[in-house]
Amino acid sequence: MKRQILLAVTTLCVALIAAPPVAAFCGFYVAKADTRLFNEASQVAIARHDGKTVLTMANDYRGELEEFAIVIPVPTLLEREQINVADKRLLDHLDAYSSPRLVEYYDENPCRRRFDMLKVAPMGRSKTADVAEMEARARSLGVTIEAEYTVGEYDIVILSARESDGLTTFLKETGYKLPSGAERVLGSYIRQDMKFFLAKVNLEEQARQGTTYLRPLQVAFESPKFMLPIRLGTLNAEGQQELFVYTLTREGRVETTNYRTVKLPTDVDVPAFVKRDFGKFYKAMFEEQTRKHDGRVVFQEYAWNMAWCDPCAADPLSRDQLQQLGVFWLDESPQQFGGQAQQVFITRLHLRYDGKRFPEDLMFQETSDNSNFQGRYVVRHPFPGYGDCERGRRYREQLPERREKEAQTLANLTGWEIGDIRARMEGEGVEFPADAPKEPWWKRIWN
Amino acid sequence: MSDPRHYQIAVLGSLLAYGCLALDFAVGWHQIVTLVLVALGTQMLASRWVDIPFDWRSPLISSLSLCLLLRTETASATVLAAVITIASKFLIRLRGKHVFNPTNFGLIAILLLDAGWVSPGQWGSAALAAFAFAGLGGLVVFRARRADVTWAFLLFYPALLLARAIWLGDPMAIPLHQLQSGALLLFAFFMISDPKTTPDRRSGRILFALLVALTAGFIRFVLFQPNELLWALVCCSMLTPLIDRMLPAERYRWQTAIPPLSDSDPTAFRVQPKGVLAS
Repeated sequence: MKRQILLAVTTLCVALIAAPPVAAFCGFYVAKADTRLFNEASQVAIARHDGKTVLTMANDYRGELEEFAIVIPVPTLLEREQINVADKRLLDHLDAYSSPRLVEYYDENPCRRRFDMLKVAPMGRSKTADVAEMEARARSLGVTIEAEYTVGEYDIVILSARESDGLTTFLKETGYKLPSGAERVLGSYIRQDMKFFLAKVNLEEQARQGTTYLRPLQVAFESPKFMLPIRLGTLNAEGQQELFVYTLTREGRVETTNYRTVKLPTDVDVPAFVKRDFGKFYKAMFEEQTRKHDGRVVFQEYAWNMAWCDPCAADPLSRDQLQQLGVFWLDESPQQFGGQAQQVFITRLHLRYDGKRFPEDLMFQETSDNSNFQGRYVVRHPFPGYGDCERGRRYREQLPERREKEAQTLANLTGWEIGDIRARMEGEGVEFPADAPKEPWWKRIWN
Repeated sequence: MSDPRHYQIAVLGSLLAYGCLALDFAVGWHQIVTLVLVALGTQMLASRWVDIPFDWRSPLISSLSLCLLLRTETASATVLAAVITIASKFLIRLRGKHVFNPTNFGLIAILLLDAGWVSPGQWGSAALAAFAFAGLGGLVVFRARRADVTWAFLLFYPALLLARAIWLGDPMAIPLHQLQSGALLLFAFFMISDPKTTPDRRSGRILFALLVALTAGFIRFVLFQPNELLWALVCCSMLTPLIDRMLPAERYRWQTAIPPLSDSDPTAFRVQPKGVLAS
């Protein structure tokens, strides 16, 4: 008997190791009609403290506004005051503040001792029915329309459902085109006692607002669940999706508990041409690092106390901006640093996901870790003169080696061909060690 | 290698090296040194206090487990964790047996004090094979009569995750992903298996494994709190004395040269070189 149990468990363990992951789903957006949705880069800010959560959600939807429709599982029913429409600039600012940054240094004259930091380049991501009838029909399908609101340019419906097939039928009848597999995921959320938040664009309101894009939606709720439902989105999206999560918490850094959180490589010297192609560099680096980890990790790109930054890619968010993002605990904390926000710790997480590598919703935890982290890349410009001294001569001799190291670093980070990198650097007049005769090792021992 | 703890030290040490070198664990060498030295020091002082010979193995195992799991920001939290972990063995005792797995207790104390955190996701899923083999190998060498608690737990907890997935209609990828967790294997092979803090009789241990699995499921899926396994073990450990009373059996002893004394002996510490793995 004992042997049998042992065998069974061993088989199970082997199965766990060997089983190929089964495709699943994720995400936020569900297409209405047959529109292709461009939800490849979603941004979500989560302000959370003491079980209270404020979610701010934005995506770079570029389709027809009347085609826009989303379904978001939420842990609780939402009243009108729990829903808001935010200014898109809040997330843009959050993005700019937490972006990886390129820092530029100019080497000082090696024959003089001085050190200047000249410039910081912020790195923005690439630019970044009829009611009564509907209610009756919903009831007959076991779907309850808990509430309906118009908030800003959105018409919002809060639903709860007993069965997924009823909900699926209802959504289809009201014009949602559900991708295959949606019923299963919706069923899982129903059993987990989640409610559904549906939003469509109210074109009249939209015209009145005068904006050409959709503003981020915000919801506030109280729940022990510190998670982000990503399963629905992978159903309709083609390939992988890009997600940025900014968490605003009180104590410290946030990490995922069901996926590995990895820090993006940082604080490295890169060739000068990266300055012109910083956007490409960031994208290539992110892709290469994702590939190296088999696409199964969440990257931490920034973790910092919101009161300051160094160097700053953008100013920290003001108290007012933070409040708009749902940071509700500011009143309780003492003001410091000339009224700037305190007790807000931002974590920027970035992931590229699909149903295969991220089968489960993202689960988070706040840690007590408040050490600062940023993606910081350095371009060092050599001193242009020759430096008429012994140290100057040595400085010149070391330059080619330094360049080679920068080229290697860049190739390693981005997966770019080392030959291409060298060629590009050489085009800018950079020399490599092969061209420079090396000084014998013993020359520097006693001299 | 007559004492299974030597093997555990080797495995935990290797996992730590792997974690630091390949998985970039957020633990520095100074934290490792601090945890090990403070744990050994605390064991030495406490041994002197209760007048038993100093045994370096158990505190070393405890401190290596802390290195693998505990993440702290401050040196004081690191020191505190090591002291609480070792001191709990000497201070929280019932019927001549310590109640909590020391590492488990130390981690929970630090979480409660909000002085540190545990990163259950730090292992990713690539480390899984290494883990499984280390654990399986450990059990073979171990041959301890307490491997049953690990097997029982590895039956109950996956069954629970599987049942939940079936009930929700989730694809199997979800429970499989949940099971491909280094934290889960580390817990199963190196923490719940502690022969000093699990019930003495086999049936008691299987009941114990079931209780831990159910409690962990409750914490994870009803309370939605992370580190459900650690919390579940600390809660269920309080029931061990009760299970032992209901299902009495002979007390476990390490295979060391120290002659056993009776449990009624006031110096009964001597017969119980504390803890396995994480003890």
